[in-house]
Amino acid sequence: MTRIDRKFAELDAAGRKAFVAYVMAGDPDYDRSLQIVRGLPGAGVDIIELGLPFTDPMADGPTIQLAGQRALKAGQTLQRTLDLAAEFRKRDDTTPIVLMGYYNPIYNRGVDRFLADARDAGIDGLIVVDLPPEEDDELCIPAQAAGLNFIRLATPTTDDRRLPRVLQNTSGFVYYVSITGITGAGEANAAAVAPEVARIKARTDLPVIVGFGINTPDKSRAIAAIADGAVVGSAIVSRIGAGASTAEVLEFVRGLAEGAHSA
Amino acid sequence: MADDLINSFMNGPDEMGRFGIFGGRFVSETLMPLILRLEDEYQRAKTDPAFWDEMNHLWTHYVGRPSPLYFAERLTQHLGGAKIYLKRDELNHTGAHKINNVLGQIILARRMGKTRIIAETGAGQHGVATATVCAKFGLKCVVYMGAHDVRRQAPNVFRMRLLGAEVIAVTSGRGTLKDAMNDALRDWVTNVHDTFYCIGTVAGPHPYPAMVRDFQSIIGREAKEQMQEAEGRLPDTIIAAIGGGSNAMGLFHPFLDDESVRIIGVEAGGRGVNEKMEHCASLTGGRPGVLHGNRTYLLQDDDGQILEGHSISAGLDYPGIGPEHSWLHEVGRAEYVSITDTEALEAFQLCCATEGIIPALEPSHALGHVMKIAGDLPADHLICMNMCGRGDKDIFTVAKHLGFDMSDTEGR
Repeated sequence: MTRIDRKFAELDAAGRKAFVAYVMAGDPDYDRSLQIVRGLPGAGVDIIELGLPFTDPMADGPTIQLAGQRALKAGQTLQRTLDLAAEFRKRDDTTPIVLMGYYNPIYNRGVDRFLADARDAGIDGLIVVDLPPEEDDELCIPAQAAGLNFIRLATPTTDDRRLPRVLQNTSGFVYYVSITGITGAGEANAAAVAPEVARIKARTDLPVIVGFGINTPDKSRAIAAIADGAVVGSAIVSRIGAGASTAEVLEFVRGLAEGAHSA
Repeated sequence: MADDLINSFMNGPDEMGRFGIFGGRFVSETLMPLILRLEDEYQRAKTDPAFWDEMNHLWTHYVGRPSPLYFAERLTQHLGGAKIYLKRDELNHTGAHKINNVLGQIILARRMGKTRIIAETGAGQHGVATATVCAKFGLKCVVYMGAHDVRRQAPNVFRMRLLGAEVIAVTSGRGTLKDAMNDALRDWVTNVHDTFYCIGTVAGPHPYPAMVRDFQSIIGREAKEQMQEAEGRLPDTIIAAIGGGSNAMGLFHPFLDDESVRIIGVEAGGRGVNEKMEHCASLTGGRPGVLHGNRTYLLQDDDGQILEGHSISAGLDYPGIGPEHSWLHEVGRAEYVSITDTEALEAFQLCCATEGIIPALEPSHALGHVMKIAGDLPADHLICMNMCGRGDKDIFTVAKHLGFDMSDTEGR
């Protein structure tokens, strides 16, 4: 059982929906980023998605692209991202951290070495955007063997024929992408997403969390109401990019978390 | 048992889309179903005579194939060694090899019922070819081009707009081909339902590297036949320039199992293959990684972040290379070398002066290597070089480097 599994069991027992927040590691710099990440659980965040900066984030919109560029410019690397997670873990041993990014920095380090280092740093799960089920042997299977959850994205284009394959080696939770598109674009529509979430839940016992296109407390509530939780990324990251203080960022996060938790 | 092994370099990729460890399908889930459908559709088309009838008809009557295999007599005399033949793919409609592949993909897109075509472009040749074929078939066309390339390849931007395409200047990253490809992928993921992504080179997720190679292989098949007619035998050395590597793969593939043929790919050496990474020579200066849907050699730093290369040629300015080239490099079937900006500029001028052919800066790199080796080879050594594009688009860049002021001659 990973911290993710324990978190969902706890939420389930309390009858609460999960609120997941995404921030880019090292944005705008290492120290500020650590400060923000450390504040997230207190602002109501149940699971932290920690972005791993990459020069070519092909599934991300301008907001996350710029965050990655800020982080890289400030000297963020895969190692410093693991360091940041480990630093967070020193004071918080319960809030799950999911590392989200692209495969090349991981492949470059070497999968086995990366998995050992990630586990040591207190990472609980991985979301790697450019590793579909067809490439499961690369990282997904070794990650599960190493005791890390491998969280898969399901999308509006994942039809019923394909869904079992997507769910097969997924663990922790399923991340449903509410729109066909990139992060920070479009609007999640709870009415349209609900039947999709139901379709996935009919085929798995894993929690289904919905992300993309959620940027207000109201939307956070509306989406959480029809799923097991909601993820917000770009809306938070854009405030960090606009120079908001840590307190202001966390205040905004608190509103989103309250939205999800009131569902 | 060893006797039973069929030793061929032409069987790749495998069902996972791999050439050895290279290639694959490293894309987001949103795109995956579409890529699988494309693969099915391509498999069907490949064995459908009607598909090839349409291709052949258009290759002949719209593109102007076969392109000539031309004996470059004065260039041969000048270099004083090997006999140099140029495969004249710069004479194709739109001035480069790119249209060979675009026709295939657009016909496929039409078979799949897609109405909107997107493409990335570096030098603009693939963008122009895509805009051209879209105009011919009445399809909506959107071309992503790095902002830096939009400036250095202005004539092609204007051509695309004349042809009815929307050209989007990409400002993310450094504004070159890599960034254009990122934004094209972002568009695709957003508009999967009606959009076909027409990739311009032998890279990207499977089946693109194999499919683009198959469409470009017309170059090598013709060259083989034409060399047979001209000389009664195979060439001894075949040479082509490589950015992503589609013109090279097109020339190389039909010759892969002809052991006697030496195969040389020429990467962009920029200001020199040095530690400052002022080049685009992925095979000579990079290492394996995963980008844009495939595993291949990439220019990257210690952290696995992709580096921006440098080349005078916008078409070669890409930090990766098609996965099949990475494999051919590792198994040693093809050699990969690099030529600097300066050497390419010399070759450019030599070709103009000796043959009356203004080459694009991309094949000027291949020619730069021909200049290096031809003189030391015997007179009966046959070189076949792919002249994959014409240089009209590059005259402003070349003028700038040669210190020629064109501003006075601009129409005002």
